[in-house]
Amino acid sequence: MSAPNKSYDPVEVSALQPEELDRARDEALAAIASAADLDALKRARLAHAGDRSPLALANREIGALPPQARAEAGKRIGAARGAVGQALKARQAELEEERDQRVLVEEAVDVTLPWERGARGARHPLTTIRERMADVFVSMGFEVSEGPEVEAEWFNFDALNFKPDHPARTMQDTFFVGSEDTGLVLRTHTSPLQIRSLLTKPLPVYVVAPGRTYRTDELDATHSPVFHQLEGLVVDEGITMADLRGGIDAFVNGMFGEGLTTRMRPSYFPFTEPSAEVDMRCFVCRGASAEPGGEPCRTCSSEGWIELGGCGMVNPRVLVACGIDPDRYSGWAFGLGIDRTLMFRHGAEDMHDMMEGDVRFTLPFGMEI
Amino acid sequence: MRAPLSWLREYVDLPAAVTGRELAARLIDAGLEVETVDRAGADITGPLVVGEVLAIEELTGFKKPIRYCRVDVGRANGSGEPQNIVCGAVNFAVGDRVVVILPGGVLPGGFQIGARKTYGHLSEGMICSVSELGIGEDHDGILVLPPDAEIGADAIELLGLRDDVLDIAITPDRSYCLSIRGIAREAAIAYGAAFTDPAAVELPAEADASGEAYPASIADPSACDRFVLREVRGFDPAAQTPLWMRVRLHRAGMRPVSLAVDVTNYLMLELGQPLHAFDRAKLTGPIVVRRAEAGESLETLDHVKRTLDPEDILITDASGPISMAGTMGGLATEIDGASTDMVVEAAHFDAIGTARMSRRHRLHSEASYRFERGVDRELPLYASYRAARMLAELGGAEIVAGVTHAQAPAPPVAITMPAGHPDRVAGVAYGRDTVVRRLEQVGCAVEGGETLTVAPPSWRPDLTDPNDLAEEVIRLEGYENIPARAPRPVAGRGLTVEQRTRRRVGRALAGAGYVEVLSFPFASERDWDDLQLPADDPRRTALRLANPLSEDEPLLRTTLLPGLLRALARNLGRGFGDVGLYELGLVFRPREGAPAKAPRLRVDRGPTPEEIASVDAALPDQPLRVAVVLSGEREPSGWWGPGRPGIWADAIETARTVAREVGVELAVRADRHEPWHPGRCAALYAGGTLVGHAGELHPRVIKAYGLPARTCAMELEMRRLGEPRLPRSPKVSTYPVATQDVALVVGADVPAGEVEGALREGAGDLLESIRLFDLYTGEQVGEGRKSLAYTLRFRAPDRTLTAEEASAARDAAVAVAADRTGATLRGA
Repeated sequence: MSAPNKSYDPVEVSALQPEELDRARDEALAAIASAADLDALKRARLAHAGDRSPLALANREIGALPPQARAEAGKRIGAARGAVGQALKARQAELEEERDQRVLVEEAVDVTLPWERGARGARHPLTTIRERMADVFVSMGFEVSEGPEVEAEWFNFDALNFKPDHPARTMQDTFFVGSEDTGLVLRTHTSPLQIRSLLTKPLPVYVVAPGRTYRTDELDATHSPVFHQLEGLVVDEGITMADLRGGIDAFVNGMFGEGLTTRMRPSYFPFTEPSAEVDMRCFVCRGASAEPGGEPCRTCSSEGWIELGGCGMVNPRVLVACGIDPDRYSGWAFGLGIDRTLMFRHGAEDMHDMMEGDVRFTLPFGMEI
Repeated sequence: MRAPLSWLREYVDLPAAVTGRELAARLIDAGLEVETVDRAGADITGPLVVGEVLAIEELTGFKKPIRYCRVDVGRANGSGEPQNIVCGAVNFAVGDRVVVILPGGVLPGGFQIGARKTYGHLSEGMICSVSELGIGEDHDGILVLPPDAEIGADAIELLGLRDDVLDIAITPDRSYCLSIRGIAREAAIAYGAAFTDPAAVELPAEADASGEAYPASIADPSACDRFVLREVRGFDPAAQTPLWMRVRLHRAGMRPVSLAVDVTNYLMLELGQPLHAFDRAKLTGPIVVRRAEAGESLETLDHVKRTLDPEDILITDASGPISMAGTMGGLATEIDGASTDMVVEAAHFDAIGTARMSRRHRLHSEASYRFERGVDRELPLYASYRAARMLAELGGAEIVAGVTHAQAPAPPVAITMPAGHPDRVAGVAYGRDTVVRRLEQVGCAVEGGETLTVAPPSWRPDLTDPNDLAEEVIRLEGYENIPARAPRPVAGRGLTVEQRTRRRVGRALAGAGYVEVLSFPFASERDWDDLQLPADDPRRTALRLANPLSEDEPLLRTTLLPGLLRALARNLGRGFGDVGLYELGLVFRPREGAPAKAPRLRVDRGPTPEEIASVDAALPDQPLRVAVVLSGEREPSGWWGPGRPGIWADAIETARTVAREVGVELAVRADRHEPWHPGRCAALYAGGTLVGHAGELHPRVIKAYGLPARTCAMELEMRRLGEPRLPRSPKVSTYPVATQDVALVVGADVPAGEVEGALREGAGDLLESIRLFDLYTGEQVGEGRKSLAYTLRFRAPDRTLTAEEASAARDAAVAVAADRTGATLRGA
């Protein structure tokens, strides 16, 4: 940098001539305007606004001017540099905008490409529907009761008022464990959990017992040697069949939808007396398919009703076998097939599909149903 | 039980318009499980008439005999001219009355009959067989009617070709409905119609009963409490079963056999009393009802020689056993085509005794079916008399005066019940009068005021308890009239910890890409071999089913793996090789020293805790396990690049996934444990407890189950993970992290887990996390060595760590690793 001159010789500082400054400014503005991209602009910035640019050099020369000339020269240079700076900024914004537009288009991808990188999993619908069914009872304050699948005959039959050699006992095609006289069976129903609950829980008892059950049926479309049941049990003071009805209705409404009615038909189970079979209004057609001219319904085969399960008032003999005073306590029990419920609720048609573990069957059911 | 409506109508005065379906609906409401209503003959259209065969021309030149007949059908064909009909049967003669369907008629099954040319002649209709008419199974010949059948008469009406048949599944408590009598009684109650008891025949006066009777006695009153014999003589063995009886037997699902047999079957269906007829000429000496003696045997009517059990109930004569009581008669005393003199037996045998006998001999008959469910004790005198009369009327027999009637006293049944009991069971106010009226309707004798003494009728052995009586009242008043009372809210405690854990584990595994399977818990010894289990492996000790569905799988699983591996193979076979499956289920492990039998406790009082324990002690241990199997790619290849096969490490990771749901971090150690690959098997520990194993399966196991190479598996026992812990809230430090990388060289056989454990321990409390980011083997570290590179992140809860502090912590970590595992800093 040159030191301030003591003498004033405008010729020596021709860079500060107004014409020179205007020319430098105009060249700069032209270069900026003509910069086609950010790189060109960067070069233009270096050439016209950089340390070695004419305007920067001119600025340095101000000190060489006599003091009286400095202010005016400074003003002119400042104006020129300001104009160049503004032009640079404007052009920079313009070019960046252009670039962004272009790049974002260039970076576009095919968002329809598949991305199946992770394995998909699912819980078995018999598990999730069982939980769903149990949860309806749990929401009413019931507790979930579970127990062994290899069960003592006393729990599976005797305590449930299946008398030895009674036909009801042979009606349930039982798997015997060991031999026929070990007193051990694969439980034929979830009802032994009634006994276990009544023996272990303080009264009153409100339990729901879901579980795996076994009978010697060959696997076919509608039967399986391994199947699943769920039953609700209430033992309390003053329980009547009206409570049974109310309990079943509450379950049906919680599980299948509000406003569905049920009907009971007299039936027979050793562990309930009186006993009944329960049907519920079809939750799809709500009975319309059974009316004259109604649209056919696949869910209920146009019956208007769906067979739900069996129920009844706990046989006082069962209470006695559990050490409960039947004069003081009474109760109801209601049981239904989980597999069958899955079949009619979700249109599953073949037990093979439920039992064979084919992933194509299970995956669509996801985590909850 | 199949009940034709026309048969029921004989004993219940139903309104004429009632159809089978309407009756079925009423009976269902009353508690009879009517499964179907078969509208037999509903599709028959006439003209179907009686004709007389006027002439027969035998046609020749065909493969079988063909007749060209002229049949007089009266004015049924409009013209009165005889019909010309071609017929392929030969069991009729000129002058016989037959059933003719004229052109335009339709036979059961929708078979339309037209005039058509056949065997060179125009056949104007068809002469029908019983099977074509839907009233029998006999295809061999056409039906020849009695000579008094009126020519031209409508055969549909005459033969009862149209009838609704109710097929009813009789529940074990309603044995009385295993008869027309019982169902008619229910129908009468349902319609408030008059009922005529088919058993209510007037017996010969005592004075006339004093004739000769076949001697009989009951030696064991526990086996039989009533035994009645009646004799008929001079029965015509050639007598035919009348058509109406054959039609009814057919509708009820039984085959006509011979008149004598048909009469006993017919009356069993009508009354519910099994009857047996002996050929009088084949009996020797007095009849005794007793239990079998050791070594006795009997050849029964089905030509099976049966060795008898001392508990079997027998009818015997001087020759020994002649019948298995209430189950099946003996061959030697059977009625045959020449029998003329018969002894008809009607008895009341013990239900349990017959049930055991028929089960023991796997011999189930219509008779045993009824006896084991309970037969009306008052029937034998009446049923036997009706049988004798039918044999007399239809078979020309003469009833021998007198009756043999042995009996043992049966205690009268009386149930005491508050009159309001049905109300309290139903939650409906019926009132005493309704209760009494309904009980009397079902045949009970009722006495008393506020407390009722109820004597059930003889045909209702199922009525023993107040609740049985309540059910009678409630069902007849209509279940549909029971109101619904909304449940009262109760204070439940929700799911247990175990139940919630199980759900979380399922969700976690499904979320990790595994699909749940519920496999059958059946296994075989072959599975243990296929799993390469050593001879002394406890998993080989399995429970055996006495009656497995398949002899190939008689055992109960002791591990979840066989079922999962089979499901994996099944998916593979169906084109899905990249699969991960899991199962949560029980395994069955016999307990050492468990009693061989579970006691059968009494049921007339609650068991003591000791008694419950004695039952539970006989049960096997049934722990809940979780297992995973996986094969193929865990991450598939795709446009993004290559995929990633599932490996042993994935299997171990599933165990960690499970354990984390219980709040447990598993420790992993190398192990050798079948069915895993000996070099790729991890034992999994929660604290000091072995919870299970994971890794790659042994190649021989993979081959045995037909699985892809490198199939992996994990199995652990849930309870061994311990109780889920309450997570403690961490203290989140906001001070900066200090990161240090170390590369350690160790012997190739030093487990990375040990190195990491040593680093953790040495690094102290400042260590926030440690991550292995590289594993290197090769020239740079030398043979038999490997390099493990870790990132250690340090952070203090209360200050910014200095570089010196972080380095010091790292050095301490390395020092412990060096001490424990011989690790050296790489490049040092």
